[in-house]
Amino acid sequence: MGVSRLSIRGLGRAVVVSALLCLVLIGLPAVLADDRYPPVVPGKALVFPYDTGAHPDYRTEWWYITGWLRDAEGVERGFQVTFFRVRTLLGEDNPSRFAPSQLIFAHAAVADPARGRLLHGERVARALDPLAGAAVGRTRAWLDDWSLELDEAGHYLTEVHAEDFAFSLRFDPPTDPVLNGDEGWSQKAPDPANASYYYSRPQLAVSGTLELGGKAHTVSGHAWLDHEWSSEILPEGASGWDWIGVNLHDGGSLMAFQMRDHEHESMYNAGTLVTPGRSLQVLRPNEVRFEPRRGWVSPRSGIRYPVAWSVEAGGRRFEIEPLMDDQELDSRASTGAIYWEGAIRLLEDGFEVGQGYLEMTGYGERLRM
Amino acid sequence: MTQALWKVFITGLLGRRLASVLSLLAITLGVTLGLAVQIIHGAALEEFGRGMRLLAGEADLQVVGPRAGFDERVYLALAQRADVAAASPVVEIEARLPGREAGLRIHGVDLFRVARVLPLLMPAAEADEGRLIALEPDRVFLSAAAREALALGPGDTLGVQSGLREATLRVSGSVPGAAAGQVLAVMDIAGAQQVFDRVGVLTRVDLKLVAGARREDTMAELGRLLPPGVEVRLPAAGVAETSGLSRAYHVNLTMLAAIALLTGAFLVFSTQYLSVVRRGRELAFLRAMGMERHLVMRGLLLEGAVLGLLGGVLGIVLAHGLAAWAFSLVGGDLGAGYFAHVTPSARFMPGASLGYLVLGVAAGVAGAWLPASQAVARPPAQGLRAADERELLAARPRWGATLSCLVLALLACWPGPIGGIPLFGYVAVALVLAAAVLSLPGGVKWLAAPLGLSSAVLARLAWSRVTAAPGQVVVAGAGVVASVALAVSMAIMVGSFRDSVDDWLAKVLPSDLYVRASSSAASGFLDEEAVARVVATEGVAGVVPVRYDSLRMGDASLPVTLIARPTAGGEALPVVSQRKPSGGDLPLVWITEAMADLHRLGIGDPLALPIAGREVRFVVAGVTRDYARQHGAVIIELEDYRRLSGDRLTNDLGVTLLPGADVDLVAGRLREVLGERVVEISLPSQIRAISLEIFDRTFLVTYLMQAVAVLIGLFGISTTFAALATSRRKEFGMLRHLGLKRREIGRLLALEGGVTAAVGGVVGTVAGGAIALVLVEVINRQSFHWSMDLALPFGPILAFGLTLVVLAAAAARLSAAQAMRGSAVAAVREDW
Repeated sequence: MGVSRLSIRGLGRAVVVSALLCLVLIGLPAVLADDRYPPVVPGKALVFPYDTGAHPDYRTEWWYITGWLRDAEGVERGFQVTFFRVRTLLGEDNPSRFAPSQLIFAHAAVADPARGRLLHGERVARALDPLAGAAVGRTRAWLDDWSLELDEAGHYLTEVHAEDFAFSLRFDPPTDPVLNGDEGWSQKAPDPANASYYYSRPQLAVSGTLELGGKAHTVSGHAWLDHEWSSEILPEGASGWDWIGVNLHDGGSLMAFQMRDHEHESMYNAGTLVTPGRSLQVLRPNEVRFEPRRGWVSPRSGIRYPVAWSVEAGGRRFEIEPLMDDQELDSRASTGAIYWEGAIRLLEDGFEVGQGYLEMTGYGERLRM
Repeated sequence: MTQALWKVFITGLLGRRLASVLSLLAITLGVTLGLAVQIIHGAALEEFGRGMRLLAGEADLQVVGPRAGFDERVYLALAQRADVAAASPVVEIEARLPGREAGLRIHGVDLFRVARVLPLLMPAAEADEGRLIALEPDRVFLSAAAREALALGPGDTLGVQSGLREATLRVSGSVPGAAAGQVLAVMDIAGAQQVFDRVGVLTRVDLKLVAGARREDTMAELGRLLPPGVEVRLPAAGVAETSGLSRAYHVNLTMLAAIALLTGAFLVFSTQYLSVVRRGRELAFLRAMGMERHLVMRGLLLEGAVLGLLGGVLGIVLAHGLAAWAFSLVGGDLGAGYFAHVTPSARFMPGASLGYLVLGVAAGVAGAWLPASQAVARPPAQGLRAADERELLAARPRWGATLSCLVLALLACWPGPIGGIPLFGYVAVALVLAAAVLSLPGGVKWLAAPLGLSSAVLARLAWSRVTAAPGQVVVAGAGVVASVALAVSMAIMVGSFRDSVDDWLAKVLPSDLYVRASSSAASGFLDEEAVARVVATEGVAGVVPVRYDSLRMGDASLPVTLIARPTAGGEALPVVSQRKPSGGDLPLVWITEAMADLHRLGIGDPLALPIAGREVRFVVAGVTRDYARQHGAVIIELEDYRRLSGDRLTNDLGVTLLPGADVDLVAGRLREVLGERVVEISLPSQIRAISLEIFDRTFLVTYLMQAVAVLIGLFGISTTFAALATSRRKEFGMLRHLGLKRREIGRLLALEGGVTAAVGGVVGTVAGGAIALVLVEVINRQSFHWSMDLALPFGPILAFGLTLVVLAAAAARLSAAQAMRGSAVAAVREDW
């Protein structure tokens, strides 16, 4: 699912941008429901590649890539890059080129065990051709010199230039998109109004370069792309969620999430399990179960994150172990959000069966609507 | 030895308290005025500079254009350059606020872009506001100073004017990064473009370059790529532009302070001279006792230095007080209007204070130098003899030196300014002053001649005194000459200036009524439809629309004002010189004197103006006078401008009425037609009155300085006569023996005082006239680039001169009274 950074928005007095970014990311709560946004309803057939492009009528949309990279020396690192689009309903009648009706937000991070913590960078801008935007019809989102696009040959290409790192990667999808939920209609909460259109591209083969600490590494690996758009995703009463997207070594994939309430109890669970040779399993709420196994307390924020989990999905029982414990992303100073998002290994019966990403939000302060 | 020096000399100062205090006060005055001007201007500039730095933030370069703005696609091109790390677009608006006197500078920013280049301009929302408000088009964020100035708080609404429309903005937060004195507002760029009808236009782009990019290279390359009229500059250039604009004003005030300091030096000279005369025997005795010549010299100079030091310290204290007072009263530009939007506060300036302290001491030492060197030059034996101060006061005429000074002064009028400052003009002023003082000994004989023809005893006595001891007049009158010259020259200059401004206003305000939506730079304007409504109003015969913009001429000079108006082939303009252009199809442009000077242009020259992003060639048809725009202006025919730019808006509209139409009635109708709150309708007489009021306010400081300088000159006469009277006690005793009544001696002194003042006044007035010529023809011309017609206010000068003579006579009479108290016998015997 990959909408992270929402979490803490307790920054009333903070600089507007930060408030804004939070807003952007949170996928706007139900309180702000507005009938100018199209509702997300089941039964709408997703059409490819058209639906890989942007859907500017909807409130929130993101393209979210996570994955594992291995360099020539065999060092493994996690990475993440996300482009968000938000329709603000502001200035839609304003003839100004700068009208802030669509905002673009980009975020990227690298998890390097040698450093013991995440490196991250972010950008935000109003959509303003040719500087920033999200194109309709085929994936193309860009913000200055950051970009993500799906080329004619079907490869995804991304360029990211952050302060502490940069990467230029190509992703080759081996399969058709995996439609999550009901043919791409993904319910997020007991109320079906809280839903998104959601497909994943698991098992992306990665190649390219990663620049880190002034050194360029030729890297390869595997990645996962989520593309999701919605008008009202987060239910009232939710404090955050836990999400995983894992490429299984057998060529399959597992996506699972749980929406939590303020007591950290599950409000709604769902997932998708792809096993080679079998038909895709859409996991219903009773088929997914997250159980925390081990906590880790951030020395910076004091927040306790369950970094290791047991996950039951589609009748299989997995264990989650992080690439490293400290993958907390603290951008309270800029975006006001603090959450955990990092590379994980998926174990089954003590053996690694997959690698992917775990995202945990809402463990700090209570999520404010 | 130091102690001995201290005892002998410094305590001497205490012996003539009044004279010492006056010299000290004169130096105090000079230091106070000079330093106050420095502090006020410095603080205003600093505050302004801080504002500019705030607006430059971490920007490496700024791209700026005409005031009306430039095509926003320039920003898109800049933002995509490889050497640009971040580009922040800004549309800056001088918003007119209907119903309020002051305007408000609103920065329309893209808050996502401004964060990396100009984080200080980031708006901060109120705690209870929604998240997206900074992007809403009607939200405005005010700096603390702006909140205070407008008396607005969160949740209040602020009416702003765009054209003739009034829009309402909501005050939604603050600009925490704005410095304390910065009155500014921030809103979303898209909202600003929409609300103020500036869609498609930016006024500035701030650039941050990537690490490793050379600013100079990028600047040079952008200079070639940017459209005409759009320039790239270093952020510091904005500060330099303003400081350049106000520098001439600043320098002129500083020069006036220097003249006050000079007057102070003259006064020190007077008192020291007389004190040396009086202490002739004492000093000779010291020498005879073995005190070395250089020690005596040093001691006398020390006296001057102590006066200068005390005066300087007092001046520094007063200057800071005066500056604080001036800030609270008239603002940082002393009413001259250079620093809008900043509210500076006075603070201690150690460097400038020290500088002025040194100047004060220097004035004291310089004043003491001549008397001291004369005193030590006399052989002690001669000094020990019963001294006759007449010996020392027997100044020779110095016509040769006078003439040389005048010739040099004349020569100094030829060279141009240095760095925009008319340094040689000031040298000429100093030379004229020197010539005036040097002409005193010789001039006395001429000017006092009528006294010699009189048969009255007192008149003949006075005549013989001043002709026999012209040094007395020099000593007493030097301060008068300096202060009168200063006062008269300023009176002539300001008078000429005022008359010329008045004439000019009459010429540029020929219509019956003027309609404007806001000052030329601000957000109000009249569109064609509004102008048509004015034309259709009952009683209106015709209209003269005027449009203003500012142009950047591409050579890093200050922006030039563009005035587009019906010119009637130059007939409608205050032309100084003009010539029928010799053929050619080029459109005509009239330039102001400042433009002609600064850009070295003459009639018939070609001139390319960047209009609407294109270079357009014009030919200079004439030079006009313009007292409003010191950095230059160009005037083109309105039709030409509209054809070239497509801009059909109007800033100022002159309205001519049908014969017999009632002005007030028509003005009332226009207010109704256009909206009371969004237009100002003025009569030419009102505009003229306001302009002259501003003019007078600007010169208020100079009037004040004149008054104080003259007062001090008078005190100089008074102290000199008091001192002289003491040293002439035996002469008076003799006169009493010969039968003169005490009252008559008083009259004699009054007469001498009057004659001295008259001589000083006449010489000072002549010198003042000459200095006025230098001020008008050289200094103003070079500092402000405008000419004026010389006007001599004879009446006021004559009245001033007579008052001065009467006052001087009274001062001499009063101050001498004490000296005449003793018995005549005792006085005569004293030196026997």
